[in-house]
Amino acid sequence: MNLFCVGLSHHTANVETRERFTGNTSAEGTLRAAGCAEALVLATCNRVEVYGASDKRVSTDEIARCLLQKSELDEVSRGGALPFYRYEAERCVQHLFRVASGLDSMVVGETEILGQTKKAYHSARASGAVGPCLHRLFQRAFRVAKQVRTHTEITRGSVSVGSVAVDLAEKIFGELGNCTVLVLGAGETSERTARAFISRGVSDLRVSNRSDNRAQELAQRIGGQAVQFDEWPRQCREIDILVTSTSSEAPLLTPINLGPMLANRIDRPLFIIDIAVPRDVDPAVNEMEGVYLYDIDALRSVAEQSLAVRRQQVASAEAIIAEHVADFLEKVSHELNRTSRIAGHAAVADSSLRASQL
Amino acid sequence: MDRDFLIISTICFLAAVVRTGVALRAGVFRPGRFNFLAIGLGFVFQTAFLSIRGHALGRCPLTNLFEVFIFLAWSVALIYMLVGPAYRLSLMGAFTAPLVVVLQGFALIAPIDVRHPVKLPANPLLEFHASVSLVAYGVFALACIAGVMYLVQERQLKTHHLRSIFYHLPPLTDLFAAITRLLWWGFGLYTLGIVSGFFTGHPLPRVQVVAAVGVWLLYATILQGRHLRWLAPKRVAALCIIGFSTALTLLWGITFSAQMHSVP
Repeated sequence: MNLFCVGLSHHTANVETRERFTGNTSAEGTLRAAGCAEALVLATCNRVEVYGASDKRVSTDEIARCLLQKSELDEVSRGGALPFYRYEAERCVQHLFRVASGLDSMVVGETEILGQTKKAYHSARASGAVGPCLHRLFQRAFRVAKQVRTHTEITRGSVSVGSVAVDLAEKIFGELGNCTVLVLGAGETSERTARAFISRGVSDLRVSNRSDNRAQELAQRIGGQAVQFDEWPRQCREIDILVTSTSSEAPLLTPINLGPMLANRIDRPLFIIDIAVPRDVDPAVNEMEGVYLYDIDALRSVAEQSLAVRRQQVASAEAIIAEHVADFLEKVSHELNRTSRIAGHAAVADSSLRASQL
Repeated sequence: MDRDFLIISTICFLAAVVRTGVALRAGVFRPGRFNFLAIGLGFVFQTAFLSIRGHALGRCPLTNLFEVFIFLAWSVALIYMLVGPAYRLSLMGAFTAPLVVVLQGFALIAPIDVRHPVKLPANPLLEFHASVSLVAYGVFALACIAGVMYLVQERQLKTHHLRSIFYHLPPLTDLFAAITRLLWWGFGLYTLGIVSGFFTGHPLPRVQVVAAVGVWLLYATILQGRHLRWLAPKRVAALCIIGFSTALTLLWGITFSAQMHSVP
């Protein structure tokens, strides 16, 4: 039985090409009809891959055709060669282990891919498209991904500005459920950051903007509460997190005007995220006790630090994967030898039985 | 024989320190089971040492500076094992182990294991006073460790330079809550230790009383400052370190001078 992987990913194809191959829900059935004994389709926004096991070779073109919806068949075949890659045996095993561990992802170390791989596996198993070969391969891939995550820092920190801000808030306040967030400015960046906070459990979110209408619109969209713009300094006494993204030319917050607002909150930290350009908050505010100020550059720098650490960890992750690939292949070949020996003994026993019967 | 247990115990704590050091250097620190197991094993050997020494003395093993240091190290490990997992401060082990290594290492190297020329009679009230006071010191040690963790975390957040350990430290507010609770526990036990000292039937040396009341006042001030909100969390954390360093120095001074006076 030959193991193989055929696919295209963000490395080899643009999104337009990738999306053509993601819609066929009956692909696994079609693949089996085309000669694959076992087949599993892993389709995410960054990749479409077929993992299969077959006795005879099934061509890459044939597999590509199985992935397409009928309406797309002619159009794609007119377009010439498709950017599919193909990995067989050892390279297929290695590729899957890398994919499941997040090493082949657009953002190295992202963990969503493992969930997507598990989902694809369970769905294929439920439809009967996965047999013993792919079962063993995918179970090992999940183990490898877990080990890589546990023994390296490949998933450490966040790599996007929004999630860095939320992670830092959690490092200051712990659970964000009891935190009050004030968003100054009602632009797209404010909304994205506000949504990131809501996704981590913030329920008391207030929005303030020079234009009250825009503040109300945003508050309505995200389930927050609109606050009049001249009210925001008073709000600073109650809040835990301040997100500023206004188009003000001069700083809104300086140590002089922030000082009195902090008077009665000595044991409550204030986390300020200034994503405005030019900045809304005077950098000197960061020197004040209990105040943690992060502007867009500081957030980016944290994201880059995390990404750099993740990249440094790739070598350790590859070493774990290489060990598992070798071990997996050895076990498979050992089992094949044993099966063939048993088959050999059975053949001998069968012939002796036939001889005795004669 | 009893010292062998102590050496093995110190090696266990040292293993936790070395592992943490190597992991931090490689930038891949992760609080794992190893530290907790190493500290747990070290604690078992500490207990074995104290038990053997206690049986030999026929009383609580707090008769010289050496035993006081080991009892203190044992209290630190005990409180860590009680508090660390409860407040999800597993990383505290990374900070606890070095303190225990320093205490035990000093006790093993320095010539302070001076046996009393005469066997001291058992005095349950005196032993209660001494042991409760030392457990209180153990709690203050943990508050000091939590204070170090708070300052490390705070510094990294302020400077925007986040190292590997940052991702494993508990949130600032959780750490501060742990510091406050530890301070209250330590203060309660220390008060009990001081009060019980007056009922031991022994006249208390004036220096010891002054030093003990001084430490008590220091921690009372920290708690009052925290309660009335005129001390910011960062200052409370720093004062926990200063408080424990002062208390430890005074403890050493008091025990050392008491030992010198008792040796003919």
